[in-house]
Amino acid sequence: MSTTAIETQVALDQALDPSTAPRQQSSVELADYDNRKTVGKITVDNPKMACRGVNVYYGEKHAIKNVGLDIGANEVIAFIGPSGCGKSTFLRCLNRMNDTIPICRVTGEIKLDAEDIYDKDIDVVQLRARVGMVFQKPNPFPKSIYENVAYGPRIHGMVNTKAELDDLVRDSLERAGLIKEVEKRMHEPGTSLSGGQQQRLCIARAIAVNPEVILMDEPCSALDPIATAKIEELIDELRENYTIIIVTHSMQQAARVSQRTAYFHLGDLIEVGDTDQIFTNPRHKLTEDYITGRFG
Amino acid sequence: MNNPTPSPVPATPNRDIKIIVNAGLKRRHAAERRFRWYGLIAISLGLAFVVLMFANIIGKGYPAFWQTAIQVPIQFDAAVLDPDGKRDPQALANADYAALVRAGMRQLFPTVQGRLESRALYGLISSDAAYELQRRVLQTPALIGAEQEIWLLASATVDTLIKGNIDRTLDQSERPIKDNQIEWVDQLQAAGKIEKQFNTVLFTSGDSREPEQAGIRGALMGSFYTLLVTFLLSFPIGVATAVYLEEFAPKNRWTDLIEVNINNLAAVPSIVFGLLGLAVFINFFGLPRSAPLVGGLVLSLMTLPVIIIAGRAALTSVPPSIREAALGMGASRLQMVGHHVLPLAMPGMLTGSIIGMARALGESAPLLMIGMVAFIVDVPKSLLDPATVLPVQIYLWSDLPERAFVERTSAAIMVLLAFMILMNGLAILLRKRFERRW
Repeated sequence: MSTTAIETQVALDQALDPSTAPRQQSSVELADYDNRKTVGKITVDNPKMACRGVNVYYGEKHAIKNVGLDIGANEVIAFIGPSGCGKSTFLRCLNRMNDTIPICRVTGEIKLDAEDIYDKDIDVVQLRARVGMVFQKPNPFPKSIYENVAYGPRIHGMVNTKAELDDLVRDSLERAGLIKEVEKRMHEPGTSLSGGQQQRLCIARAIAVNPEVILMDEPCSALDPIATAKIEELIDELRENYTIIIVTHSMQQAARVSQRTAYFHLGDLIEVGDTDQIFTNPRHKLTEDYITGRFG
Repeated sequence: MNNPTPSPVPATPNRDIKIIVNAGLKRRHAAERRFRWYGLIAISLGLAFVVLMFANIIGKGYPAFWQTAIQVPIQFDAAVLDPDGKRDPQALANADYAALVRAGMRQLFPTVQGRLESRALYGLISSDAAYELQRRVLQTPALIGAEQEIWLLASATVDTLIKGNIDRTLDQSERPIKDNQIEWVDQLQAAGKIEKQFNTVLFTSGDSREPEQAGIRGALMGSFYTLLVTFLLSFPIGVATAVYLEEFAPKNRWTDLIEVNINNLAAVPSIVFGLLGLAVFINFFGLPRSAPLVGGLVLSLMTLPVIIIAGRAALTSVPPSIREAALGMGASRLQMVGHHVLPLAMPGMLTGSIIGMARALGESAPLLMIGMVAFIVDVPKSLLDPATVLPVQIYLWSDLPERAFVERTSAAIMVLLAFMILMNGLAILLRKRFERRW
C-alpha cells in the first residue's frame, strides 16, 4: 500500500513504452486499489476521436473524473465496468446525448478528427449524424420498417429521389444483415419485429446516414444468446467501415468483439489496453478483481 | 451470538408460524370482505342515483318530443288572401291568415256564439298556425282558392290536457283550460281530429314565449358557434403551450411559476372567467354582447388549462427512448417533437381536448355574465349574432311555470346529455383506437 506511487509510475512507464509488449508485463506488480490514474496506453496511432481531461458532473455528483482516451479509426473498443461506473455516461458524451439532461455538465476536450465536438461552432445535429448511436433497449420508431431506416437520410436531405432512398434503405438493411428477414414486409411496423431484429433495425437505421463512429450502449442486454451472436457478428463486419464503441456488461462479449478494452470504475478510467491483455493479464487490481468476477 | 451462556429464549407458548398466521387469518379475511361490501354499496348508490336522474329526466322530457295537433278544414279564401288577384308575394305575406284559422275553427264548431266563446275556441289553436298557413301559401300559391284539411299545432294548454297533465276535476277557475274548451277538445278527439305528432318544432325553431313554438335550434346553433370558437382557439394554443413547456422551456423558476399558475387556472370558478370576459372582451374591446364569439373566447380561457394539463400528461407519457432514438439520429428538437413525440401524444391530447370541450358545452355560469342569457327568438347565423347556448336555454326554461316548458326543459337536458355522451364516447373511442403500449 505504501509503494503505490512508485508502482503506478512503473506501470505507466511500461504502458506508455511502445517497445514493451503487453504480454510481457506479467512480471510487473499489479497497480494497487488506491491508484486511480489510468493504467495502460490511452493513445493510438490513428485516433478517430481523442478525449482529454473529460469530467462530467450530474449536479453535485462527479460522474466522470478526468478521463483521457483515444479511440482508433476502424477499431472496436469496449467499455466495461460495474454498474454505475460511468461507462454509459462517457459514451453519451461522445455524441453529446448528455446535452438533453439539464443538470449534466461536461468539461474537458473531446475531438472528432481534430475538431472539438463541444466547440460552439459544432452543431449537435451534424455531430450526431457523424456519430450514430444504438441504444440498450431496441427503440425503433412506431412506424414501418422502411420509414425507420429512411428517417435519417430524409431529415438530413441525403437523397433526392425515391429510388435513391429505396436503394439506401435496402443497402442499409443488407449491411445490418436484416434484408432477408424483412424484404417482404418493409411496410409493416418496426415494432412487429422480434427483439433481436429490432436491434438490427436500429443498427440499420444508424448506418443509413453513413456515420463515422457508432456508439452502442449495451446493445445486446435485452436480447437472447442467438440474437446476441448475430449482433456481434454484425459488429465485426461493420468494423471495416466504422469506428465502433460498445458499452457492455458481458465480459465475454467484450472479449469477442473488441480489439481494445477500457475498464471504468466509479467514474475513473482505470485501465485501457488491448482486449487480450486486459482479459489475460490485467495490470490493475480493480481490473483483475472485476474480470475474475470478484465484484461487478 | 457468540455469548457462551445462551440468552434465555422468551417463554412464548408457541412460535409456530402456521398457528400464528391462522389465528389472524379470519380477521384479515373479514376485513377484506367488509371492504368489498363498502365498495359494492358505494357503486350501487352511485348507479342508483344515475338511474334515478336519467329516469326522472327521460320520464319528464319524453312527452316533449310529441306535440298535439288539430286537424282543421282551411279554405284558402282568395278574397282574404289576395283581394286584388295579383299574387304579389308582398301582399300574400301580409295577408290575414289568422282569419282563415278562425274560419276553419268556426266551421268545426258552427254552434259557438259570442265574442268570449269564440275567443276560447280560437285559443285551442296555437298562434303559430297562421304562420304555418302563410308558409304553405308562399311556397305553393296555387293553394289559393282551394280547401284542405290541415293539421295545425294545438295550443300548449290543449297539449297539456291531452297529455293528461291537467286535473279535470278542479274548478275551471283553477285550471288554465275552461270547461267549454275541454268539451270541444273531447269532441275533436272523438272525431279523430286530434293526434300527437312528432315535435319537429323543438328542433327547428328558436326560443318562444309560447311553449308549443319554442325549440332548441337557436340554442344548439349558439352552442355550436361558441364551441367552434372555443376549439379553434384553445386547441392550437393549448397544444403549442403544452409542447413548449414540456419539450423546449428551460426548467427554471419562471416555468415553475407558469406551471403552478396554469394548474391553478384549471381550478378557478367558471363565473370568474365570465366576469373577466365581460370586463375585457365586452367593455374593453367593445365586442357585442350575447355573441357566440365572446362566449367562445371566455370558454377558451376556461378550457385552455384543461387542454394544457392533458397535453403535458400525454407528452410525458411518450417514452424517452423514442426521443433518444430521434435525437441520436441527428434530428433537431423540433423534428423530434414534430415527427415522433407529437404524433404519439396526439390521441391523448385529443381526448383531453374533447373532455375539455364537453365541459365547455355544459358550462352556463360564465355565459350568463356576458349576456348569453337573453331571450333570443332568432336562430343565430354568425359568430356575432346574439345567441344563447343549450345549458343556458335549459336554465331559462326551467324558470317558466308552464307545464309544457317543464317538459321542454327535460327534453333539452336530454339533448345536452346526448351530446355529452357522444363527445365522451368519441374520447373513449380515440383513446382505445390509438392508444399505444410500450
